[in-house]
Amino acid sequence: MSQMRVVKLQVPVSQEDVDKLEQGDVVYLTGTLYTAREGVYKKVLESGDELPVDIRAISNVNFHCSPAASPNTEGGYDVGAVTATASFRFGKWMKDWFDTSGAKIIIGKGGMPEEAYREVFMPYGARYLSTVGYGAGALLGRGIKRVKDVHWLEENGIAQAMWIFEVEEIGPFIVDNDREGNSLFVNHERAVNAKLEKLYEGLKPPALKRYGETTSRADEVIGEPDNTPIQIVNVMPYQGSDKK
Amino acid sequence: MSAKRIPQQLVLETATALMARAAIDIPPDYKQALQQAASQETENLSCFVIKTMLENYDVAEKDRRPMCADTGLPRFYVKAGNEAMVEGGFVALEHAVREAVVRGTQEIPLRPNRVHPLTRKDNNNNLGIHAPEIEYTFEPGGDWIDLITVHKGGLFGTDYRMLFPGDGIDGIKRFFLDTMASFGRRGLACQPAIIGVGLGGNKDTCMRIGKEAACLRVVGDVNPDPEVARLEQELKELGNSIGMGPMGFKGNTLVVDCHVEVAYTHTGGMPMSIHSFCHSSRRAAARIYSDGRVEFRDDPQWFTDFYRREGI
Repeated sequence: MSQMRVVKLQVPVSQEDVDKLEQGDVVYLTGTLYTAREGVYKKVLESGDELPVDIRAISNVNFHCSPAASPNTEGGYDVGAVTATASFRFGKWMKDWFDTSGAKIIIGKGGMPEEAYREVFMPYGARYLSTVGYGAGALLGRGIKRVKDVHWLEENGIAQAMWIFEVEEIGPFIVDNDREGNSLFVNHERAVNAKLEKLYEGLKPPALKRYGETTSRADEVIGEPDNTPIQIVNVMPYQGSDKK
Repeated sequence: MSAKRIPQQLVLETATALMARAAIDIPPDYKQALQQAASQETENLSCFVIKTMLENYDVAEKDRRPMCADTGLPRFYVKAGNEAMVEGGFVALEHAVREAVVRGTQEIPLRPNRVHPLTRKDNNNNLGIHAPEIEYTFEPGGDWIDLITVHKGGLFGTDYRMLFPGDGIDGIKRFFLDTMASFGRRGLACQPAIIGVGLGGNKDTCMRIGKEAACLRVVGDVNPDPEVARLEQELKELGNSIGMGPMGFKGNTLVVDCHVEVAYTHTGGMPMSIHSFCHSSRRAAARIYSDGRVEFRDDPQWFTDFYRREGI
């Protein structure tokens, strides 16, 4: 295995540091980061609630996660493990969130569609970092030095509260989007898709179709489908779907 | 002579200990399989991801913290020997198991993942209506009780399809390929993983045995029916020929092992379910004897000849 480039960043991250990130870089972060997911986005961006803290002053790294946290005897919280939750669900809030929070780095699971990188992330010079293997919660938990604060705990519950963490070399994370808005995940999907056709040879589709079923397994699983042309043999014509 | 009653307190303590073991200690069979995968993986990124996962398991064990923050949806499997008796009966056993979920959630800690589907009400303890799931089975002869804990994620990596006899083995392979190719993308199914396949039964049985195949059999275990065993091998190879590794990156390590379980089904149908266990394959098992001994073990031994029996 050849070496991968490892980048260590201080949070808040400067635009200059963000711009230097390359697809596939392995990133570790030190400083302060916070969690915000649907519970927070809904409150702030849809209900118009005031943020409980001046987030711009504290951090520009938004972690799509919810911690396994429990109250400790000192009146604070212990966090055992943290891992990300799937980010594609939050795509519709990201533009407004960049405006409101000034976030430059989003950390989560699975990345976002390339369209989201091009249309929303690039104008803000923002990058998406994916957690590694998704289950590496103990490693990431080690990177959390303490819970600095937690907001909306009562109202949103542990999973959806806004947690503010002090972190030290938390990681590893992998950079997904480049400066042009290309996704590392999608690059790899294209390579995988190229082999699929052969595997499907001779495997007829089932007698009973499911409503709106796509016959192409080369489609992206999130957002808009990948347009890589792929011809799959022995497949009935694709009829009826709300996908364009 | 009647067997002694197993104390309710012992069930509670054992179940709580199992919750922690399952969340923190990766089963040795799975860890070994991943080490092998890491040495065989030729793609850079996939290899990096697997090695990070292995490192994560070590950190989890060393720090005694859960290997994954999505600590899954706790579920229990209970196998009772026919002569076993629990102090207070099986209602007391279930009470102890539910209490263990609350304790484990707070003490380990686990993430409270269980909410009401409509109101999203969160009791913050992983308890709720039909939560945790507890499944029971029985075995002749013994006066012991097996407790098995599984923490399995719940969002991706499970699918079901009604196939028909005419779809044949090709239909099974096709659905397997479809599922693995779509769920493996971006690593949403948290692979590499043990894949469980349920074949037959009716829909609920099909889903149940498929999940059990994924979560309750160890890597390397082979179905005793040679026809089924051959299918297991073929599906594993098919999955790994997609060219995908962890997180949907290029690679050859999508499927760590494939276990197929069958149930007799309707003559006109061939239902099939597919379940991807998390790459954090979180299971732990223990046998509680009537004399108070507790034996922790790595293999749940859920699928016995009796469990798979065909006759009366």
